[in-house]
Amino acid sequence: MKINRLGIVAISLAAMGALTLSGCAAGTEKAAAPKGDSKAIITTNGSEPQNPLIPTNTAETGGGKVVTSVFAGLVSYTAKGELENEVAKSIESDDAQNWTVTLEDGWKFSNDEPVTAKSFVDAWNYGALFSNAQGSSYFFDDIAGFSYDADSELTGLKVVDEKTFTVELVAPEADWPLRLGYSAYSPLPEVAFEDMAAFGENPIGNGPYMLKGEGAWEHDVKIDLVTNPAYDGVRKPANGGLSIVFYDSQDAAYADVQGGNLDVLDAIPDAAFETYESDFPERSVNQPAAVFQALNMPYYLEHWSGKEGELRRAAISMSINRDEITDVIFQGTRTPATDFTSPVIDGYSDKLKGADVLEYNKKEAKKLWAEADAIAPYTGTFDIAYNSDGGHQAWVDAVANSIKNTLGIKAVGKAYPTFAAALDDRDAKKLTGATRAGWQADYPSLFNFLAPLYQTGAGSNKEGYSSKEFDRLLKEGAAASSVEEATAKYQEAQEVLLKDLPTLPLWYSNVTGVWAETVDNVVFGWDSVPMYTDITKK
Amino acid sequence: MPSNSPSGQTHYVAELEDTPVAAVDRLDESQKARSTWADAWDSMRRRPSFWISSVLILLIVVVALFPSLFAQTAPDACDLGNSNDGPAAGHPLGFTRQGCDVYSRIVFGTQASITVGLLATMLVTLFGVIIGALAGFYGGLLDALVSRIGDIFFAVPTVLGAIVLMSVLPVRTPVTIAVVLSIFAWPQIARIMRGAVLSARNSDYVTASIALGVSNSKILLRHVIPNSLAPVIVIATVSLGTFIVAEATLSFLGIGLGSDVMSWGNDIGQAQTSIRTSPQVLLYPAAALSITVLSFLMLGDVLRDALDPAARARR
Amino acid sequence: MLWYTGKRLLQMIPVFFGATFLIYFMVFSLPGDPIAALYGDRTPSPGVIAQIRAQYYLDQPLLVQYFHYMVGFFQGDLGTTYSGRPVSEVMASAFPVTARLAMLALIFEAFAGVLVGLIAGLRKGKLFDASALVVSLLLISVPTFVIGFVLQFVFGVQLGWARTTVSGEAPLNELILPALVLASVSFAYIVRLTRASVSDNLNADFVRTATAKGLSRPRVVTVHVLRNSLVPVVTFLGVDLGSLMVGAIVTEGIFNINGVGGTVYKAIKLGEGPTVVSFIAVMVVIFVLANLLVDLLYAALDPRIRYAK
Repeated sequence: MKINRLGIVAISLAAMGALTLSGCAAGTEKAAAPKGDSKAIITTNGSEPQNPLIPTNTAETGGGKVVTSVFAGLVSYTAKGELENEVAKSIESDDAQNWTVTLEDGWKFSNDEPVTAKSFVDAWNYGALFSNAQGSSYFFDDIAGFSYDADSELTGLKVVDEKTFTVELVAPEADWPLRLGYSAYSPLPEVAFEDMAAFGENPIGNGPYMLKGEGAWEHDVKIDLVTNPAYDGVRKPANGGLSIVFYDSQDAAYADVQGGNLDVLDAIPDAAFETYESDFPERSVNQPAAVFQALNMPYYLEHWSGKEGELRRAAISMSINRDEITDVIFQGTRTPATDFTSPVIDGYSDKLKGADVLEYNKKEAKKLWAEADAIAPYTGTFDIAYNSDGGHQAWVDAVANSIKNTLGIKAVGKAYPTFAAALDDRDAKKLTGATRAGWQADYPSLFNFLAPLYQTGAGSNKEGYSSKEFDRLLKEGAAASSVEEATAKYQEAQEVLLKDLPTLPLWYSNVTGVWAETVDNVVFGWDSVPMYTDITKK
Repeated sequence: MPSNSPSGQTHYVAELEDTPVAAVDRLDESQKARSTWADAWDSMRRRPSFWISSVLILLIVVVALFPSLFAQTAPDACDLGNSNDGPAAGHPLGFTRQGCDVYSRIVFGTQASITVGLLATMLVTLFGVIIGALAGFYGGLLDALVSRIGDIFFAVPTVLGAIVLMSVLPVRTPVTIAVVLSIFAWPQIARIMRGAVLSARNSDYVTASIALGVSNSKILLRHVIPNSLAPVIVIATVSLGTFIVAEATLSFLGIGLGSDVMSWGNDIGQAQTSIRTSPQVLLYPAAALSITVLSFLMLGDVLRDALDPAARARR
Repeated sequence: MLWYTGKRLLQMIPVFFGATFLIYFMVFSLPGDPIAALYGDRTPSPGVIAQIRAQYYLDQPLLVQYFHYMVGFFQGDLGTTYSGRPVSEVMASAFPVTARLAMLALIFEAFAGVLVGLIAGLRKGKLFDASALVVSLLLISVPTFVIGFVLQFVFGVQLGWARTTVSGEAPLNELILPALVLASVSFAYIVRLTRASVSDNLNADFVRTATAKGLSRPRVVTVHVLRNSLVPVVTFLGVDLGSLMVGAIVTEGIFNINGVGGTVYKAIKLGEGPTVVSFIAVMVVIFVLANLLVDLLYAALDPRIRYAK
């Protein structure tokens, strides 16, 4: 966290008078790899990808794990979320709006087709095209020519030559390159466009791994990956491949690591929170990750708008004993929140003005609640909506109890049978109280934690929060010319959120994982996924 | 026919009794003929296990109706500070993961669990017995129709039915859970009943009744149904327990009772996460459930014996 | 008999349409927009959602959706999942696994259940009977997910006698532990059912006759008592086959088995109409056939049962 990620961009700006993302591939230190079998296959947990493995249509973790292993984009992220050049030689701009991307020589897809500027431009155009209905199309909405409701070419993308293309953004974005490590920005070989559905079954990429031949993806069972001999980037595998076994239940996967059928597990089930450290001495991890959990507060309900709502939201927030809940219910596998982002993101702060509203304070909570009651007395039950198929019941009950015990009001969890059912009431603005909300970052930036969730009219801003001041600060942050300035704006924007509390930050989900004695060098990335290429097997 | 019995006797002749046959066989015509049901009652009340199970069930029902008589601690007064703790003063069975009193939750959970178990069992048995008896007794088109309707209902996964119905119904209560469970479980009892009726329908006593000109409905009610109930009673009493657990499974899958409703099922379901470290959280509600099921199994056994003339005759 | 069987097979047609429509109706009534929910917290643009909804006819009324499904069905096309996989392919991978698991469980509960129930019925009130009662109570009172969890931990992790979960090919030896877990509750039913029937039949006239005839006790017990006690047991097994196949959600989850129960459960949660309906359609056929087989077995078990022409 000490290394300033955005700084890479900023330093270049100062030094060259141009925004340059210089490669830092040379600077990455690789631990002296202990002897491992370079042919050994690492087995790990995953879930059946929701869609065919097309990078622009893979937004969930099951498919994401495969896509990031099979494809290499312009840049990739280190374990700490720093950028490293992969296919890119440089990504430069004079004005943060018009970018020139130059590619390294020698990159090839696993079918020997060279990776060219066209591989990127065609792939991005495919992902953005309206009628292709790609789930991640919105990642291209800041490129000139993008349309949300009709087919249109990304006119902002221009192939200059074999190894160069230019990108014109709709508005300046100093940290635009930061997002390019996300899998949606992967290149595609020409064969993909002949039959995208067939390609999704047997994707051909340029990443560290490739599918182990036809039928490597055994649906609902596993997917077998082997090292890609054509790959020569910064993520060169220290093992022979990956076998990603699909699980519906983390309990089953955990039992498999204990039973010696699985090498690496990246999610510890509730039932093992108390025992994983003794089950796997020295072979477990529990560190913060880029996952933010919160309670969203709709403004459209009686008692929850205006001055009264502001008081009540603060009172509720201060009546939740985050420390105790993360300690007891989660056994320390969550970290109490102090802002709206995550400790692994550069620019995270635990000293935002007004952050004391996130601390348990029984006296103040009661006082604020009483003040709100003076405006209009509150009767009824405070409920917390959640989808009961996601394992949320324990903490929702604990939060409800905490509120009940502090404020002396009725508070209960309100279970919806499925995520779809819960989403429906949120979309239709039919909530009767708070709702569970969560966000996992796609790429390591403050902006990604704020804009999609709280900007006026943003896609995932379901409770309809709207603040002119917040929107303005966000826009200023995006267009800022230095990282410090951008971070300052984003933090200021969060201070607006702390005052309005459209969402009550609860905690950051840690990445938790265990591994078998057979493997070494297991390090988990900022995105909660193990750095598979570094793992060695005895 | 047995030519050589162990004692070596080849013929056996009963000794003459003093009472003349005519006296034994004389009917007491002054009294009304006793029904199977009345006979059953007579037989039942003479058995100790009938009284033991009845007292237990009565106790369970009283706890269900008036939980506050049995527990002073509020079941929803939970303090995370006590999470998964062992017994303490005033908290004889310790605490749940949420820091609630286990004993008090069992007492207050009785109502919901017994409602689910009893109501579902009664609905399923009533419906299953009527439909199964009609199908087995009359056969033909009626049998085909109701049996195939049963097939359709049984084919619908309970989970699907539960999600849909739970979403349509505005609230999730023990009653709705019981109704939902019954809708998809009655074909089981109906099939069992139908099979038993098929056997009983062709018994000698039914043939005799038909020969005597007794009406169909009378034969069905007085002879066929009582003589076919034995397997149904077994299934029903076991089902009572499985319905209560099914409520736990529905909660486990996220479509059961809300967490503000106390129920054994809910607590058993939530105990899954603590099972390795604090088994008491699972043990006590499961024990309460076991005792309930045991009481009903015992009662079912007695009732079954009572309805079986052969078994009754031996006593 | 042949006529009866033929008639029963014909009855499958209305059952098939009734069940598929009922299930389509239920999936249709599931709350929420399945496509929007596919993306979790990351909401794609409304245009993308609308296009995918149209692709799966989700923007159409119930009858149109059902019609599309049926037209495809009779052309041998069962539709696709939301991930674009043909449903027929999903079925081809899930059914064989589940069939093996369910058969193992059925065999276990039938043999072990009848044996234990028989002995308990013969020695009513004795120690064996009491022990069988306690075990049954335990199996009834402790939910499957706990039994499965404990058995997996003890046999898979601590003793290492069984593989903790079932691998992709799901060989029979790996399915033994899951089958025991799956059969546990039904085992309790069969024990109680057999015990009750056996103890009833011990007092029946035909048993006394057989004993009086001088038949050996084992022969009386197996041929007369057991055979006549099996009608309810066989009925139960017939009905239970379906529950073992679709109701194995929890067991499949614990042992990571890619079977029918889990697939249908996931499809229900996703609101994937064609998947749910296709799976259940096959289940309906299995139900009807199993029940038919049971009805035919009645005649063999109980000479009093005869079917009218």
